Amino acid sequence: MEYTASELMTVNASRLLSNGETVLVGVGLPNLACNLAQRTHAPGLIMIYEAGVVGSRPSRLPLSIGDPTLVSGAALVCSMYDLFSLYLQRGNVDVGFLGGAQIDRYGNINATVIGEYHHPKTRLPGSGGSMEIAGWAKRFYVITPHQKRRFPEKVDFCTSAGFLNGGNQRAESGVIGKGPQAVVTDMGLLTPDQNGELILSALHPGITVEKVIANTGWQLKVSEHLTVTAPPSETELHILRELDPQKIYL
Amino acid sequence: MSKLCSLSEAIRDHVHDGDLIYCAGFTHLIPFAAGHEIIRQQRRNLILARATPDLIYDQMVAAGCARKIIFSYMGNPGVGSLRVLRAELEAGRLEWEEYSHFGMISRLQAGASGLPFIPMNQTAACDLEHANPSYRRVTDPYTNREVIVLPPLNPDVAIVHVQRADANGNAQIWGILGEQKEAAFAARRVIITAEEIVTEEVIRSDPNRTIIPDFIVTTVCHVPYCAHPSYTQGYYDRDNEFYLTWDKISETQEGVQKYLEEWVYGVVDRNQYWNKLGDETHARLRVSPRPSIPVDYGDY
Repeated sequence: MEYTASELMTVNASRLLSNGETVLVGVGLPNLACNLAQRTHAPGLIMIYEAGVVGSRPSRLPLSIGDPTLVSGAALVCSMYDLFSLYLQRGNVDVGFLGGAQIDRYGNINATVIGEYHHPKTRLPGSGGSMEIAGWAKRFYVITPHQKRRFPEKVDFCTSAGFLNGGNQRAESGVIGKGPQAVVTDMGLLTPDQNGELILSALHPGITVEKVIANTGWQLKVSEHLTVTAPPSETELHILRELDPQKIYL
Repeated sequence: MSKLCSLSEAIRDHVHDGDLIYCAGFTHLIPFAAGHEIIRQQRRNLILARATPDLIYDQMVAAGCARKIIFSYMGNPGVGSLRVLRAELEAGRLEWEEYSHFGMISRLQAGASGLPFIPMNQTAACDLEHANPSYRRVTDPYTNREVIVLPPLNPDVAIVHVQRADANGNAQIWGILGEQKEAAFAARRVIITAEEIVTEEVIRSDPNRTIIPDFIVTTVCHVPYCAHPSYTQGYYDRDNEFYLTWDKISETQEGVQKYLEEWVYGVVDRNQYWNKLGDETHARLRVSPRPSIPVDYGDY
């Protein structure tokens, strides 16, 4: 079956989730990825939304992460202050999902500004919950299309922390989360090496190493154990398309 | 004593030029009708605070009501940019103060609790902390580790939309609770807008659902459909179509001004606005019932 770049990313992101985990769901493709996982291999996935909803079972794809469908049939609703403190800061979230305009060599994310902060060239939406999700979820994933401008050597603004400048810097900062464990793009998967540097660890079918390197803003290293991902299955694509019939994201 | 008045009177009497206002609601229960009334009454130099400015502040800024914005996520949720705000910030025409969501709601929590500041753990991302001097660090006296602290946020006015309230202002919400309670307790004046005004007996039949007590409420307005294009859980759906349409409308200044002329200045109140939306929109936003199973408080 044919599939789009967004479908490819979403399917691969959904496969990173395990049954029974708690996941703090972000807007857009992460939302689709989590809803797909819950409808396939992870029916017991506990979806948490930063608006203050825990154990969501949405019956339709929510456009926003504050949609009423998240509440009807959910296990619990709390205030945002409770959500960020009792769940995220306390360490009760296994997985976070983030997007962002830029992600750098060490997995730091910029969702705030291109150019200088006080005189922005391009002003982006800003952190939302991503600063705390990146710091405090036990691990997090990033979904973003693979383009050179999105993968600079260093982000213009560090909205959400990856491994900072590499080495032990993140661990030494004292944050409870282990940081980004994979970046899912439309070309493959990047994962951090021992030093926290993102390296190419998997290619999607038909993509070459050269193409990925040419679309990355630093000298991308390639894993010794480079793999190729399984293409999206018919079932995965079918469910995904049902979730987003108007193709708002896909 | 009944605090009921019209929304137009509430805005006239309790929202003043230069005020710091917080229109509460995280995606849910955003009081658009109040925002539109503020635009019609031409308030100026407001400081607009909201975690997600949403379309309501995009429209209020476009109408010239604000001098500054305080926020933590300046996007059209699930759609893209808030184009008016983004353009104003990029052009340097609007002051701004920025937090993460947890930073923003922690400030409200401190304001609502009467605290001088509020601590939060570090996140390892320091650029916002450097860009906004309200972020400070103090040493935890128990462990000697550094924690982030933020000052309280105490709005002059909070506007909080709810499903139902009694005439004194006891207010009940279900669905996403966002930062409604914190905004109300943090503010100096509280305007409640409600889909329904109910008797005190209805409120007292389910006290766990009351999140705002009457004695902190300044005034109560009966405003059905106040939240459109946002939504009220169980009453009407979020108008996602309009959120997508606003992205097109706000591509040009002319588009925005034309919208304001027709849908804000061109109507007298929310009732007229809702009727103007027409049967097709009403039908699209209608929601089927899914009631909770009642709880038994016991007769003691």
